[in-house]
Order: sequence, then C-alpha cells, then structure tokens
Amino acid sequence: MANKFSLTVNGKSHSLFALAGETLAELLRNRLRLTGTKIGCEESECGACTVLVDGDPVLSCMYPAQRAAGKTVLSIEGLAQEFTPVGENGHGPKPNEAQRLHPLQQAFVDHGAVQCGFCIPGQIMTAHALLALNPDPTSEDLRIALKDTLCRCGGYPSIESAILAAGRAMRTGEPIQAPLIAESANPHSIVGHIQERPDAVEKVDGSAIYTDDLEFEGMLFAKVRRAGVPHAILKSLDISKALALPGVLSILTSTDIPGEHNHGLVYPDWPVMIGVGERIRYVGDALAILAAETEELAERAAVLIEAEFDLQPVISGPVQARQEGVPQIHEKGNLLKHIKVRKGDIEQGFAESQVILEHTFHTPITEHAFLEPECSIAVPTADERMEIYVGSQIPYQDRAQVARVLGWPEKRVRIVGQLMGGGFGGKEDIAGQIHAAMLAQATGRPVKLLFDRHESMLVHPKRHATQIRIKLGARNDGRLVAMETELYGDTGAYASLGDKVMTRATTHSAGPYVVPHVRADCYAMYTNNPPAGAFRGFGVTQSAFAVESMMDMLAEKLNLDPVELRLKNALDVASITNTGQTLRESVGLKECVEKVSGAMHKLTPHPFQPKPASYAPHLVRAWGLAAAYKNTGLGGGAPDKSGADLELFEDGSLEIRSSAAELGQGLVTVMRMVVAEEMAVPPSQVRVLVMDTDLTPDGGPTTASRQTYVTGNAARLAAVTLRDAIRASFAEKYDVPPEQIRFEAGSVRANGHSLLLADVAREMKAMGQQPRALYEYEAPKTTPLGEGGDMHFAFSFAAQAAEVEVNTLTGEVRVLRVIAASDVGAVVNPLGLQGQVEGGVMMGLGNALTEEFIMHEGRVVTDHLARYRVPGIMLTPEITSIVVEHPTAEGPYGAKGVGEVSSIPTTPAITNAIYNAVGVRIDKLPVDQELIARALWEQKPL
Amino acid sequence: MNLWQQYLSPRSISEAIQALQSAPGAALPIAGGTDLLLDLQQGRHSPVHTLIDLTTIPELNALEVRQNNLFIGAAVSLNRIARHRLVGQHAQALVEACDLVGGPQVRNVATLGGNVAHALPAADGTIALLALDAQAEIADSSGLRSVSLSSLFLGPGKSTLRRGEELLVGFTVPLMEPLQGSCFKRIMRPQGVALPIINLAICISRQHETISDLRIAVGPGAAIPWRAKDAEQVLLTKTYDQTAIEAGLAAVLAHVGFRSSPLRASAEYRRHLVGALFKDTLATAWKRTR
Repeated sequence: MANKFSLTVNGKSHSLFALAGETLAELLRNRLRLTGTKIGCEESECGACTVLVDGDPVLSCMYPAQRAAGKTVLSIEGLAQEFTPVGENGHGPKPNEAQRLHPLQQAFVDHGAVQCGFCIPGQIMTAHALLALNPDPTSEDLRIALKDTLCRCGGYPSIESAILAAGRAMRTGEPIQAPLIAESANPHSIVGHIQERPDAVEKVDGSAIYTDDLEFEGMLFAKVRRAGVPHAILKSLDISKALALPGVLSILTSTDIPGEHNHGLVYPDWPVMIGVGERIRYVGDALAILAAETEELAERAAVLIEAEFDLQPVISGPVQARQEGVPQIHEKGNLLKHIKVRKGDIEQGFAESQVILEHTFHTPITEHAFLEPECSIAVPTADERMEIYVGSQIPYQDRAQVARVLGWPEKRVRIVGQLMGGGFGGKEDIAGQIHAAMLAQATGRPVKLLFDRHESMLVHPKRHATQIRIKLGARNDGRLVAMETELYGDTGAYASLGDKVMTRATTHSAGPYVVPHVRADCYAMYTNNPPAGAFRGFGVTQSAFAVESMMDMLAEKLNLDPVELRLKNALDVASITNTGQTLRESVGLKECVEKVSGAMHKLTPHPFQPKPASYAPHLVRAWGLAAAYKNTGLGGGAPDKSGADLELFEDGSLEIRSSAAELGQGLVTVMRMVVAEEMAVPPSQVRVLVMDTDLTPDGGPTTASRQTYVTGNAARLAAVTLRDAIRASFAEKYDVPPEQIRFEAGSVRANGHSLLLADVAREMKAMGQQPRALYEYEAPKTTPLGEGGDMHFAFSFAAQAAEVEVNTLTGEVRVLRVIAASDVGAVVNPLGLQGQVEGGVMMGLGNALTEEFIMHEGRVVTDHLARYRVPGIMLTPEITSIVVEHPTAEGPYGAKGVGEVSSIPTTPAITNAIYNAVGVRIDKLPVDQELIARALWEQKPL
Repeated sequence: MNLWQQYLSPRSISEAIQALQSAPGAALPIAGGTDLLLDLQQGRHSPVHTLIDLTTIPELNALEVRQNNLFIGAAVSLNRIARHRLVGQHAQALVEACDLVGGPQVRNVATLGGNVAHALPAADGTIALLALDAQAEIADSSGLRSVSLSSLFLGPGKSTLRRGEELLVGFTVPLMEPLQGSCFKRIMRPQGVALPIINLAICISRQHETISDLRIAVGPGAAIPWRAKDAEQVLLTKTYDQTAIEAGLAAVLAHVGFRSSPLRASAEYRRHLVGALFKDTLATAWKRTR
C-alpha cells in the first residue's frame, strides 16, 4: 500500500511520506513545526496533546499519524481562523483584530485561566469541540467534556468560567464577560487591580515556546541509562554494543566527568553518574549518558548498555533507616539531619495540662506531576561557552552546578531559562542540565535531553513521606500548653533540599498557635527511594495535616467548637512562635478563621454536624476546618537576596530583568505591575525578562513563596532608583527642585514642564547617562533555628473550610465546597492570586484524596501517570477565595507570599470534614474509601 | 522507540485478514489502539512490525438494526455508541458503560471491539454486553460466524480469538422488547489505575410485578466476565419486592468470586460494595421496564 498519505491541517493540505511509528503529535510538532500541541505524558492520560480530527477531540500523542489520512485536523494554531462572526448584526463577538484570538482564547486570557500554559492548548481544543456540539453547555456538560484534560496549576474554576463566558459571547454576539474577582481593598493605580499575564496571548494561541519546542541546527538527542535497581554496587558496565550502533556519537560514563563528580543544592551528595565499584542508591541513578542522531537511535542505544550489579538490601522507609544494624546508604550514615525545636519545658507543660492526646499520622510520597516533563538543551558556542536552554526554578544554581561538573568557571556557562510548564518545587534540582552539557561538550553539537513521563516520575525529587507523632497537652478551656512532636521524613537517596524541607515541617509542626512548651524532633533519613525535596508547602503540608487533625480531636474531647478552639490559640501580633520569634505585625490568622467561619455558617448552620441528604440518606455531608501558616522567604539565617535591572528605552518602553523564575505562578505579571506602578506607565509598556544568567541579575531560587516579596521589592526599588536618576537629570535640565518632580501618565512633570519618558531616555543618553538601574534587594536578616529571634521575615496565614459528602455505603468521598481565606499581606494581582488559591486548593485536594506515589522495596509502582492520579475538573469543588490583607511593612505594597499557604490547610479541612460527617478519623493519606466503608460496616453491619 | 514499522489501512475484512497473514513480521490488528499502543510502549506486549487498522473497514463501522438485532461494528468508537439513538433505545446499559470508559478524547477513538478483545473481567463494555445477551461476530478466511459473547473468554486478558487468523467484526444485541429495561453502574476509587473496583449490568423484563426474564453481569466476579446465573434463577418468576432482591443478592454473594487486587480493592470490600451496587442497578433497570 502507498507509503504516502494526505491530510488537512488547519485548512492546509499536506501530502507526506509515512514514517515508522509516527504519531499525529509527532507529525504536527516535528514535521509541520506546529509546536502548540504539547506532549505531557505520551500515555493518553493528561490531554495536553488534544487536537480535533474531523471535529472530534483526540489525544494526538497516541494517535497513529497515518490514521489521519484523508481527515481534517485542527490544532491550536488554526483555531482563531475557525471563528468568523456573521456580519455586523450576526452572531459572535468580533475576533480581537490586533491579536486575532478566538473568543475562547480571549476568554482564557481575561479569566486568568492561563497559568503555566502547558495544558491550555488541550483545554481550549477540547472546549472548542464541546461548544461546536453544544453552544450552551451547563457546568456539568463542560466538566464531562474536560474530565481528562488535566491542569496541574489547578485552575479549573477559571477554565470553567472562561469557557462559559466564551460560549455566551459566541451565542449572543456580546463582548466576553469579565470574571467576578474582588480587587484589593486598598488598591494603588495598577497594583491591586486585575492584570492579565504578559505571556497570556502566546500561551493561548499556541505560539508559546517551551524547551522541547526549540530546534537547533545539528541537534543530537540524549538518553540516560538508569540503574533500574534501588540499592547495589555497580559491578560492571559495558557500552560497547551501544557504541557500535551507527549514529551513536558519544557515550559517557563516570570516568569521563571532567570536574566534580557530585551535584546537589545544599549537600553535593548526588553523583552525576555512578562508576563501577560505586554505590547505586535509587532506581533513577545514572550509569551512562549518550547522544545520537535521532531520538529513536538514542533509545535503542540506551537499552544496549549492559550493567551488572551486586544487589544490596533495600532501605524502604525512614523508620527502618534509623534502626540499628541496617545498611548505611551514605558514608556518613542514614541520618541526613536531626532537627530540634525547643521552647519552654515540655515536662512542665504536660504536668500543667488537664487533657493530653497522642496520635501518629502518616503521609505518602507525592509527585509534582508538572505537565511539562523536564527538558534541557545544551548548545556549545563558538566562543567555547555552553548555553543551556531549560525551565529551571534556580537558573544561577544550575549554572554553578553545571560549571563545577565541567570543571569550568561559572561564567562560561549560560542558562537561558524557558517558559515552564509548572514546577511546584520539582524543578529546583538538576535534572538533565549537566548530562546534556557533558554530551554537548563531548560532541561539539547541540544536545537535547528530554525526559519522558516515566523517566520524570522515576528521577526527580518528590514530596517527603512522613510519620508524625504528636502529643498535645491543653487546659480544659482549650488553651494549648504543650506540644511534643516526633517526625520521620523520607528524604530518599540524596539530600536535595531535604534538610530545609524537614526543618520547615518541624518548626511548623505545632501549627499556627501559641504553645508555651514545645519539643519537636525530626529525623530526616536517607532511604533507597527517589530523593525528596521541595514541593509546594515545603514540609508544612505534612505537619499541618497532623496538627490540624489533632486540633479537631482536641475540640471533640473538650466539647469545644473547632472555630473557637483555633481562635483561642491562634498566633497574633505579639505572639511568640515555637522558634522564639515575636510576631510584630501582619498576622491575619484570626481574621482568616473568622471570615471562613462566617461564610461557612452562612451557607450551613451547624456546619460540623452530619447531614444526610434528604433524597439519599446514605450520602452524608459535613464541613471541616483547618488553619495554617507558612513562612515567606528562605529564613533560618540564609541571606535572601534578589537583583533586578530596569532599563528605559528611547521608545518609552521599559524592561525589567531578574533571573527569578516564572513557572506559571505569575511573577512576571507582578514584576510588570510593580514597574508600571512606580514609573506611572501602562503595564503594556513594560517588558519582563527572566531566567537568563547572562542578561538578568541573580534573583535567587524561586521557592518558599518568596518571589513576590523579594523580587517584587527588587523591581520596585530598581524603579525607585531609576526614578531618582531621572529626577536628578530633569532637575538639572529645568532647574527645579527634585522633590517637585512627578511621574504621571508616562511623563515626567514639574513646574509646567512635561517630558515623555521616551524623550527622557533620549536626553539622558545624549548627556552620557544610562537610563538604567540595577538594584540588589536584601530581605531583612533572619536567624538560624535554635538561636531565637526572627527565623523568618514574614509569615502568610490561611484558614479553609471544606464541605464533603461521604457515601456511607461505599466510603466514597466528594468535596463539594471549599472556602479559602488567605492573609497575603496585600493583593498585587487579584487575577494571579485567584489562580494561586484555586490551584493550591486543588493540589491540597489531590493530596487528601487521590495522590500516592507508591514504592515497593525501592521500586516505583506508580511509574506512569496512569497510576498516579492528579485531580481533574470532575473533582473540583466550588471554591470561594476570601482575601485577607494584613500588610507587612517591608513587603512590596505590603505583600507577602501565597503560593504555598493556599494549599496547606485543604487536606486537613477535608479529613476533618470526613470525621464530622461519618466519625472516621483519617490518619493516613490519601483517604482510603475502603477504610471508611469498612469502619462504617463494622459499626453497623448491613 | 518506534512502536510499529508498517501501518496498513485495509478496506475490507478479507483484505485485513490477508494482510495479517502476509505481513513480513509480527502483525496485529488495531482498532482504537488506546490500550494496545500503551501495551507496546510499556513493554507489556511483544514488539510488532505491522499494525492493521480496522477502523477503515466499513463493516466494522456499521451501527444499525439487522432483523431483530442491533448490530454494532467492532470498530465503532465508544462515543459514537454512547450518543447513538438506536443504542439508547435498545441498549441503555451499553450507553452507560461506553460513557464511562476512559475520558472523552479516549472514547472518540477507543472501540467496543477493543474493550471486548482485551478480555478483562471488569471491562465496562463487556459487562454491559453480557447482560444484554450479546453475540459476537467473528471473521476468518473461511467467512463469518456468530458465537455467544461469553464463549470468547478464557481468562484475564485471554480470549479464544486466534491471533493472526481471526477478527472480531461486531456484536449483535436483541432489540428491546416492551416492558424490558437495562442499566449499568460501577464504583471507582480516585487513586491510581483507572479501572473500576466493581461494575454491574442488569437487563430485566417484567410481566406486571413479576420478573419474567433477567441477566446479571458482574465484574470482576470471576477470572472472566461473569454472569450471576444463580441469582438470575433465584429472581426469575419472582415478584419484584424486597424479599426477592435480598434473595437475589444472597445468591450473587454465594457464588461471586471476587479477588483482592492490591491497589484497587480487597475482596471483602467488593463483597460489601456489590450489595449497594446490585440494589441500585436493579432498581434503575426495573424502573426502566415501565
């Protein structure tokens, strides 16, 4: 049969030769260079690759290209041209002429449904197919259609409102309705008002470029031979068969490493490759790396590399790791760190307590499942430098770590950060950056190292599994007196950020409460599981589940209302934290609890009482409550700095630069708004450049909810510095006092003189002055744990209430509504904040109900996305976000972080609600419906 | 790695069978491919040289009434089945089952033939077809033959279809009679593998308040898709009331062979769930007989 076939793509017909094994996604991306179609999992799970074939949405990653023969394919790039409003009086709004967007695309932009953007082409194409069949869908129709199109940023409510708004606009011909989102209570001229993302349009029209979308002349494809065994000594490694394969250009092993052999963010304990005679500590360890002319060849070669192992007994959990006589994974032993928090006198505290409760909780390893798998492209340059294109949360750390392994000065390496399809803490460590650079150095050609979903799941650091025992003492009136906690954290094979993560878990393990006597001990243990590191919440997610469950257990024991109990103990201004820090300002916890409680009571009187549904008495509903706090910034004595560089151009535009990372959370919008606010220009006049170590100053790691505060301040102060320079220049020219010079409407004005910023830039240059300011901001100093004083420069607070419905026959749990109040200091961008809160709640919901990264004796059971369930739109509750603004004096406009605190209380709010509904206390995550059903049938047999 | 070397799109059953037998290497028919391609990719299926696309064969795409039966081609997509008026009229349980397999994008590609050919004991489409008393049409080089659906299954993942020689062409389901109704329901868990913990389909006929005919299929009630024939016998000719329902459930429980699957559910939990699911499905199917 013919080996040539034709198909129509976005209205254009193509006649192509058939290629072995080619999928439709590959055809679109590689042959037609339509890279708007994204590959998130390549296993029909995530929906990012959705395109329409003859009008039906299909997953192009598992759709044989030849099956599309004779068919019509529509991808995101062709969507805008699909929409033609019918004449002046016809239906549908006019397409946005300047941007040529389809109403769906425009609605996604307007409603803030776009965050990291990686899932968006799939969301929009799926929605388009729905609207074509059903122009007036209900929310239920929409949820069914989008059931398996995942958004890990969790923006489902915004996606839903965008689609409904687009549908309405297309039916009525009216403009797209704006989202219903409250703005700041104390807005500035730009800060505090809704602002769309600077990268929103490219993310909805398919033109946004992520690392895997880049192509370089002569680019090779890399593959890593992984150990595949969890604990062993590597006995031998034979690369000869792989090397003999034509088209394989280079295979490197540990003996080829030019510089340092280990990498690691805090401790350099993670080998770049394992050498013969050395220890393999987890299944993802690299044994050899190779580069070949095609991806197919690289994959075939990797399989041909042969290894022999001397298998060792496996350490599969942190409690086992601390037992005597077990194998030691690292030279220094299995203990990464013993972390201690001491306050008051714990013995005295329990002696003074009238009630003492003790319980142990378990949380599993969880997986970030950012929809864009890791990709690095290393490109050697003519001047003997190495450029690395990668989506990374810490570009300058990448640069340092790559340089150390290459044995080069840091300046020879340039990290060119790309758009990221999510990170959530999972893109802080090295993934393929070093390996790609080594292969590019060895071959002199660009090398791409793209992880598939399977490799991503095996290799990158996860959330720590924990065991947390809490012993709590209180007075009969509910006042907390003593809290003793003991934590075990599974930090896996290598340290990553395990020390820091488990420190945060420990310092926050008594909750956001005033407790006079505290003793906390944490053992962060090495095991043969994948490394554990940063993951949104940074350890506090785990300890909050334990302590917030305990608070409800205490409330029940003392017959107190859970709201009252929390208010009685809540941190407030002048409270002293467990680590001895006196909070001097910006403690909005009580307001968060009160507002959530108020909203919940308004919806449901007696919210904590079980309520069987009238139509089906086996469905029982109740609410649950939880509170949380989370530091903004690194803290613990670490210098917390960010640099920002602001330049004014002769066309009046500005560019703000920092290496701070944009992973979808919206920092670039914040930077743009801050500069626009300070310089009194429209936000569209401000460009943002991030994540390039040659062009942008070090913004530090994007972690710990710190960037709005730290880089927001750096951007603000860079603007202040630039303004001062302009003032000085203007004052001299017009002989006016600098303090009378005002920045208004894109101009500089004083005493009747007015000069456009464009002219200011020209004049300054003419005078030999640079209209440019670099500012390195350093956040207030903090002190290390154990020394008292300010361990952190700011905390964010939150309270959430969740309403669940438990099926008492099956044990199934549905979350119906979540009310989330977050004290963020001050709102910078209400649209971005909404996305962070929705996404935080969804991630917390996944953590409670669906997510468990399962290991068995060091082997990964959940090694595909099909086995690790990320919550989809069907599980999305109605989410109400209440913003609480207790400004922090040093934060930009009073703002502090929100990325993590929005996610932390969700899980315990849900599990507390389950208890209130059916009396089953969940002390192990995720919630097991079988366990609930069993508990209920044992109470009351059928 | 390339999951196939050659991809063929035959236009007839005989062309497909010819292609199967003459391919230069291992050859497999592919319909939706939603399971097969993943099995190949993840090494659960031995490598293949040639894939033979069945979705281009008209007969396998037919969906129509033939004599007293509804014929559904093996390569008809699940979404087309779920949306088709005739299926809604004659096989409500199948609509419900097809609507629950995978996600919407997968259902635009996945086929009923694939669902059945995988021979999994709790495949949604299979369980519904079993309750609907379906026959399967099979083609080989000598022609077509019709067999009862249940005769296709040997064990989990094993069917009687001779690989490389036979093709599943389609299914026939008797047209619904007056006072007959069917229903399919299942229970999932939100974690991990997207397979039902348990599913159940019932097709029932009434004469006044008496159960005059019924079939109950339960997955995974045994190593192969399972009919609760003892329970059917218990309920047959009984008046539809609480006593009969309890007796039917007792008969299901007495004979069902649930296993414990580590990441999905224990046998004990399944035994517990089947009660609620059986009563719920039976009540809905009965309601539909009116």
